[in-house]
Amino acid sequence: MIELREVRKVFNGGRPNEFTAVDGVSLSLEAGEVIVLKGPSGSGKTTLLGIIGCMARPTSGRIELSGREITSLPERFLTGIRRQTFGFVFQRLNLITGITVLENVMLPAYPAGEKHAALRERALALLDLFDLSSKQSSKVEWLSGGEAQRVAIARAMINNPSVIIADEPTAHLDTKLSREFMESVARLKTADKTIIIASHDPIVYEAAVVDRTVEMRDGRVVHHGTLQ
Amino acid sequence: MRSWIEKQRNIIDFTLSSLLRRKGKNAALLAVYTLVIFVLSSVMFFTHALKKEASIILQSSPDIIVQRVMAGRHDLMPAHYADDFRMLPGVVDARMRLWGYYFDPISGANYTLMVPPENNITPGRVIIGKGISKSRVVLEGDLVTFRTHNGKPFALEVSAILSPESELVSADLMLVTGKDFRELFGIPPESGTDIVLTVRNKKELSTISAKIVERYPDMRPIIRDEILRTYDSVFNWRAGIISVVLLGALLAFIIFAWDRASGLSAEERKEIGILKAIGWETSDVLLMKFWEGCALSLTSFLAGTALAYLHVFFTSSALFESALKGWSVLYPSFRLTPFVDASQVTTLFFLTVIPYTAATIVPSWRAATMDPDTVMR
Repeated sequence: MIELREVRKVFNGGRPNEFTAVDGVSLSLEAGEVIVLKGPSGSGKTTLLGIIGCMARPTSGRIELSGREITSLPERFLTGIRRQTFGFVFQRLNLITGITVLENVMLPAYPAGEKHAALRERALALLDLFDLSSKQSSKVEWLSGGEAQRVAIARAMINNPSVIIADEPTAHLDTKLSREFMESVARLKTADKTIIIASHDPIVYEAAVVDRTVEMRDGRVVHHGTLQ
Repeated sequence: MRSWIEKQRNIIDFTLSSLLRRKGKNAALLAVYTLVIFVLSSVMFFTHALKKEASIILQSSPDIIVQRVMAGRHDLMPAHYADDFRMLPGVVDARMRLWGYYFDPISGANYTLMVPPENNITPGRVIIGKGISKSRVVLEGDLVTFRTHNGKPFALEVSAILSPESELVSADLMLVTGKDFRELFGIPPESGTDIVLTVRNKKELSTISAKIVERYPDMRPIIRDEILRTYDSVFNWRAGIISVVLLGALLAFIIFAWDRASGLSAEERKEIGILKAIGWETSDVLLMKFWEGCALSLTSFLAGTALAYLHVFFTSSALFESALKGWSVLYPSFRLTPFVDASQVTTLFFLTVIPYTAATIVPSWRAATMDPDTVMR
């Protein structure tokens, strides 16, 4: 489904502080698979997730999505792909404070021009799926860590993407909430979503739901884990 | 089209809840913005309505007023000139007028004295304006005392008080007979203040005026249009003075608004990053900022102009009437007829709403073009 060939990402190219975050990564991701990128901080996991999710362009290399080369597409098209194909769960969740849980979930779909009532209904169904119906009118800053995490997942799901990308999703969660997150992942997997997670948390990469792990270090893939 | 409308609606929805999130800041900005629009529109509405009012009143003023000038000063007009002017071709009538000003040391005010052309006042009696009635605390039937040109007391009985509808022009007005006027000021019977001419063809006003100057070099004819122009200049000048005084406040607001609109906080920058990361295009972010600027500036503009309308036409510009109506002791209290100049309102709109909206969009455009992956760090 997603094919990466010799992808490199260099920051501050040509300057004294030049830094290679991703160095010649080739990777093939199958539809419906749960894959974990693991490795220490600074190993290039987050940068690679950004490149896979069309948030940043690689310095060199090619990326194909369902057989279509997307590396050279202009920003507008990349945004479209990002909106339709990917849902993101960020490390710091990045929910917008001051607005309600429901508004946060609906936010990614606003520019699509969908009828407000239909969009609202879809968002409510997602909140119900993640057991957050009672919190729909609450401001996100009033939520517990676990609830906020589930709101972030619901938001990632609103455009019905085929791929969910999560960056260190359990970094700020305790063991119980981390396990709850992995249960949510299992639910997404049953809905045929491809899930790519960057994490160095054993609760994540040792979870039964994970199909494959890819170990990274210094921007390179050092080990492809086998199917569990 | 339907999806376009839905998109706008969704984005406006989010914009409004975004504005509500920073309630304090935005309310302060809205209040200052509204205040500035209110003050500017008030000055604009008031001057325009006053000029319009004055021009309507002056429509009934004489075609030509002829004054005698001596050493560059207004001098008394010998009565025989009225007969001379009547002989000029095109002049239908020439009439001697008596009018002047009386400084009243008791109230510290200047009164305007006139002798009406219709002989409906009896000697020893006076008709006064509302302002004089208030300042001298006199009513119909009371005696009011003045001092003649040679210091002798001169009492007149108030026969009537002018109606409040005409207060704009009559607050300080006293109508007396020619005999009493001459006695009060010591004007000889064969002289008057000036002569007013009625002309048959209004297009000939300037020709007749030129003829008078040619034949009588000591005369100064004043055409009605010249008076209108003078009124215009006086009110424009007063509006200008107010505007200059307010310029400091206006500049302070511009700096404040510019800083508020153009400087994005770290929080706002982060939010733009989040929106881009979750699938908003740069144009969607700019659209949101456009609606944000519009919502704030349009609300302030509408509120400011509506408040100014109420202030000017319902409270007679209570806040700065002294500066705009004139520096006087007797202020007429009157309600202006609402006259609003559409071009002035449009200019104000373009000078306030458009720059503010632009100032909101430009910095956001810079933030919105950044890579969305910055929020992942």
